[in-house]
Amino acid sequence: MANPTGIGASVRRREDARFLTGRGTYTDDINRPGQTHAVFVRSPYAHARITGIDAAEAMQAPGVIAVLTGADMETDKVGSLPCGWQIHSKDGSPMKEPPHFPIARDRARYVGDAVAVVIAETREQAKDAAELVMVDYEELPAAVTSLKALEGGAPLVHDDIGGNLCFDWHLGDAAAVDAAFAQAAHVAKLDLVNQRLVPNAMEPRAALGEYDRATGEHTLTTTSQNPHVIRLLMGAFVLGIPEHKLRVVAPDVGGGFGSKIFHYGEEAVVTWAAKKVGRPVKWTAERSESFLTDAHGRDHVSHAELAMDKDGNFLALRVATIANMGAYLSTFAPSIPTYLYATLLAGQYKTPAIYAEVKAVFTNTVPVDAYRGAGRPEACYLIERLVEVAAAETGIDKAELRRRNFVPASAMPYQTPVALQYDTGDFAKNLDIALPLVDYDGFAARKAESARRGKLRGIGFATYIEACGIAPSNVAGALGARAGLYESAEVRFHPTGSVTVFTGSHSHGQGHETTFAQLVSERFGVPIENVEIVHGDTSKIPFGMGTYGSRSLAVGGSAIVKAMDKVERKAKKIAAHMLEAAEADIEVKDGRFVVAGTDKALTIGDIALQAYVPHNFPLDELEPGLDEQAFYDPKNFTYPNGCHVCEVEIDPDTGVVQVASFAAVDDFGRVINPLIVEGQVHGGLVQGIGQALYENCVYDEESGQLLTGSYMDYCMPRADDVPSFTVRYHEDQPCTHNPLGVKGCGEAGTIGASAAVMNAVVHALSEYGVTHLDMPATPERVWQAIRRHTPAQAAE
Amino acid sequence: MPCTVSMTVNGKAVSREVEERTLLVTFLRDQLGLTGTHVGCDTSQCGACVVHIDGRSVKSCTMLAAQADGAAVTTIEGLAAADGTLHPMQAAFREHHGLQCGFCTPGMVMSAVDLVTANPSPSEHEVREGLEGNICRCTGYHNIVKAVMAGAEAMQGGTLKAAAE
Repeated sequence: MANPTGIGASVRRREDARFLTGRGTYTDDINRPGQTHAVFVRSPYAHARITGIDAAEAMQAPGVIAVLTGADMETDKVGSLPCGWQIHSKDGSPMKEPPHFPIARDRARYVGDAVAVVIAETREQAKDAAELVMVDYEELPAAVTSLKALEGGAPLVHDDIGGNLCFDWHLGDAAAVDAAFAQAAHVAKLDLVNQRLVPNAMEPRAALGEYDRATGEHTLTTTSQNPHVIRLLMGAFVLGIPEHKLRVVAPDVGGGFGSKIFHYGEEAVVTWAAKKVGRPVKWTAERSESFLTDAHGRDHVSHAELAMDKDGNFLALRVATIANMGAYLSTFAPSIPTYLYATLLAGQYKTPAIYAEVKAVFTNTVPVDAYRGAGRPEACYLIERLVEVAAAETGIDKAELRRRNFVPASAMPYQTPVALQYDTGDFAKNLDIALPLVDYDGFAARKAESARRGKLRGIGFATYIEACGIAPSNVAGALGARAGLYESAEVRFHPTGSVTVFTGSHSHGQGHETTFAQLVSERFGVPIENVEIVHGDTSKIPFGMGTYGSRSLAVGGSAIVKAMDKVERKAKKIAAHMLEAAEADIEVKDGRFVVAGTDKALTIGDIALQAYVPHNFPLDELEPGLDEQAFYDPKNFTYPNGCHVCEVEIDPDTGVVQVASFAAVDDFGRVINPLIVEGQVHGGLVQGIGQALYENCVYDEESGQLLTGSYMDYCMPRADDVPSFTVRYHEDQPCTHNPLGVKGCGEAGTIGASAAVMNAVVHALSEYGVTHLDMPATPERVWQAIRRHTPAQAAE
Repeated sequence: MPCTVSMTVNGKAVSREVEERTLLVTFLRDQLGLTGTHVGCDTSQCGACVVHIDGRSVKSCTMLAAQADGAAVTTIEGLAAADGTLHPMQAAFREHHGLQCGFCTPGMVMSAVDLVTANPSPSEHEVREGLEGNICRCTGYHNIVKAVMAGAEAMQGGTLKAAAE
């Protein structure tokens, strides 16, 4: 009988019991004796010189303990927040890397840049006093959009960075692309904007700093996806605290979506201030503050051209992108529009020549960094919109044009012209599953039915591939990563046979406590309730890189498998001794250690007991104990892929777009827990649909004020904005280079959905001659597009 | 000026001195230590703070503690039975994977219970409209909607429908 808590079972989540009863422990839920509260004074200007700070009145306010500024941090030699990835420009010069202090020293560079921090007995007192801190600002002109920041004469965000240019990077073979374009029968062209988004994890960021005078130990509890990364960056580069005196804990975290990967200044401030005031210091963002200070996502402006022969075979792709970095470089910002974007521009297609140029620009806005998908949704959106334009212009059916250009499964492993080597994938199969699933042939009838009700209908495809499971450390290092990208695990059997797994991955909604436990249950036949997954505390877990880029199972899960391999090797030796058999004769069957061809068998529990009470144990050969650690460094990226199909219905009178149906067919390799995987897809889809139809982060182009700074202004998708989904996956293209055969599923929905929705919207509007619309397709934009393309008489 | 508020929270009478401006959610979290009720925004949009006041759902960030004086308040901590048996709606969220990070979950469950109390057999459309005031960033709502429909059936005395395998 299959193990009901093993691989492939939809085990109901173990973490749910505490979340459903209000017993989760998020950072803001934690309170310490003597705790104080921090509130930041933030710049109301996008760009201003700070000429003076007068805290005298604030210091007199009730409950105030301290008002600290950038000058105080400078006195204490607090460093700059480091950037974890270095890009080199075309000319070989390193990217411009301006200092980024946790509290600004002499200049504020975006609305929300921290200028001072007030520490008081209560949050309310700190908030009241923050209003009394008098900051003298000399307002400066701001460079707000990436395009304007690049113009000659634009205000400089950093005086010594001419043209606001961080780097001018490229990838691919320009000469081969030029030659292919010269031979092309048809060239499809597209200008598009991938708009700026606010990640909006539902738990606002929070941080709690503590200092123990007796031991000299600092503890930071924070809303992070990767506590060890924070410990390394903050300890080594910002505060100068050695790792053995710094503990970073990321307890229950209420969603991340990339925005909680980065090391933020507030984390350093509360850790530093806790020692300074001699009491714990807690900061919790209000949502308005999250809008202003969480790293944003996307914000690309691109031009793309696709060269084809007369039969619609893709010959070459040329892309030029301008990426907004914001005012400073966030932790992984430079990698997003480069190695996580341009390397994906081959998509699922065998386009032989690709050339991409990316200019990264500083602006007076909050830093931009990874947001769910991180570069890959931008790549997918660009390719899939361009392919749709090509299909419309050549008159080739959009499904057929894609199929004609797919990298065939028989060509795997496939080296793309933009650095990646895909290991597996059957893109035609995804399409073959999707077409009948959405009744592609019945679209015309559905469109006619919509038309009878006065509605427009469109169908849109997106085929995507992403590079996940980041990444072989030596490859990433050669590309500019300043860290390793392995993952760690420790599998510790206890004397009575229960197990604790320590993982460097971090769960903030992904369900690791269930999925990872299934790996152990499957391997050793241990009931899942006897397996505990520990994550998120640097004082407990081995050094690990955390969770981002759909890497937890592919890299973190593989580390657990490696540790279990070591446990099994040792357990076999112990079993051989206990059963008086040769080690070579011990087989592991359904989690039991069996002497081949006999009924002599031991459970892992029997072996664990002997390992810790070694009365009948090969002590001359083995150490006691059953506790193994492993680090797994991936051999390649993993390549989840799929085909998403969306149908929309549009009311031409109001411009309202409704998603009529959405189907996702995905290849995630092997699936451990289908219920969790499907949930990841659903959530990803709504983030992609949100970008396509609702979400848009807007700064005033002159003043640099954030115009969409609350849920009143920034449209989050709600339950009545989206439909239920049709989700399918297949498992016959497992990843070839990790022991589980898994590819990752966390970002897929977001990567495919925006393009599928927008392709459907443009398709629906094509009868008005609309060939492109930038996201989000709000009622106003759609209505304007319809009016713009409607002959004057017809509109009357 | 401090004032004294008294109310019943999860069946227990409580009385505390608070600043007049104290929000109900702050009172519950900071004074009573009931941290299951969350704060996800500052504009009464997200619904992470929903509790029941005299049986009706209320965003507890939109009400002063003083306004709840004399009321019966139920938070997520008070929804399960005394023996720990989950409320049918809690059980349905678990069965149908209606939560991921768990942050919006307490408010979502409290809203769902009130929705079903007012409309015992809601359609999918009614569930989606009814949850318009609760934002979830993780689940895409798909499984929340399934959970609420299954929870509604179970609240009417039916057995909890299992998630499809």
